[in-house]
Amino acid sequence: MINLVVALGEQLLQRLALMGQALLMLVQSLRVLPGKHGLSRLTQQLYVVGVQSLIIMLVSALFIGMVLGLQGYTLLSAYGSEQAVGQMVALTLVRELSPVVAALLFAGRAGSALTAEIGLMKATEQLASLEMFGVDPLHRIVAPRFLAGLICLPILVAIFSLVGIYGGHIVAVDWLGVYSGSYWGNMQQAVDFGEDVINGMIKALVFAFVVSWIALYQGYSCVPTSQGISTATTRTVVYSSLAILGFDFILTALMFGGA
Amino acid sequence: MHKRWIEISVGLMLVAGVAALLSLALQVSGGHLTRSADRYPIDALFENAAGLAPKAQVTLAGVTVGEVVAVVIDPQTLMAKVQMQINGEVNYLSIDSSASILTAGLLGEKYVGLTVGAEDEVLEAGDMIEDTQSALVLEELIGQFLLNLGDSN
Repeated sequence: MINLVVALGEQLLQRLALMGQALLMLVQSLRVLPGKHGLSRLTQQLYVVGVQSLIIMLVSALFIGMVLGLQGYTLLSAYGSEQAVGQMVALTLVRELSPVVAALLFAGRAGSALTAEIGLMKATEQLASLEMFGVDPLHRIVAPRFLAGLICLPILVAIFSLVGIYGGHIVAVDWLGVYSGSYWGNMQQAVDFGEDVINGMIKALVFAFVVSWIALYQGYSCVPTSQGISTATTRTVVYSSLAILGFDFILTALMFGGA
Repeated sequence: MHKRWIEISVGLMLVAGVAALLSLALQVSGGHLTRSADRYPIDALFENAAGLAPKAQVTLAGVTVGEVVAVVIDPQTLMAKVQMQINGEVNYLSIDSSASILTAGLLGEKYVGLTVGAEDEVLEAGDMIEDTQSALVLEELIGQFLLNLGDSN
């Protein structure tokens, strides 16, 4: 019995220590603002994290919008109110699906790559040699990647929403024959910029923070073997996905839950 | 050359992001950003405001001129006090205007319909509309109908 309590306490302390380590890593890497060279490193990371994720985002957004348009049309036409399909597509995308799906894709596409990259740097002792040169690897390697994640995901989410809404337009208006004016008109009446679009962007920012943080910490703290890197990469995707879904519920409850 | 391409594509992505956000603001949410600029509050007392929610439309002759901000109980009269914000350019609502709670379509949302009266004096910020017509409650209507049916037999 005592042993069980001790083991439990040990586990708890270990988890707490991990969280502390992760927070310290973040604080230390962001302590100094990036200088002139930092900007060019940031651009490099914006390219890797953002531009290279653009294609997968665009394609998924288009298909998700089209599916929403199709499902919405079938459901709403049973009540003779298929004009509301624009409003349904837009609200679903802007409030929920864009931030969540884009963040999940981001975790799979960019987060795992970040973990593997940093993990391999650690395994091949590049991080250690940077430190030997007197260069802080947190500042040099971790900070630009974190900032790039933080900047990219909200941008990707905005593009995701817009492309999804046009995807819904393709199916509902161009294919199924909903009047284009009521598609946009109902949408404009229902969607509020402050309440819906900005809240979606806040979600995106929170998810970006969480995913980048988890990815970088997993890479930075991984066991420097091939097995360790693979475990860390898996963990990044699993933890990020769970964190995104959990935070999404909390944020939704805070933003839209109270009447 | 490679570095230049990276910089250009990152710049393009930023521009696309800003353009998407702008388009979400204008095309998707209909540029609702500036609407709270110039408005004045008007209250109305209803016997029953069932189904009326904040953000419901306030219309005059079918045209939206404002929105409902809150629906609360007036502690003195125990009636429903509907607080509305009317657009500033609509400054010609006479003091004997009436308000009624209407329904858009058969199952649609409730909204407030205003009808202008004949007086020359106009409603100022904070004024109260006296002449009101309550929301139709389906159960009450059915009850009344059954009562009438019983009477006629």
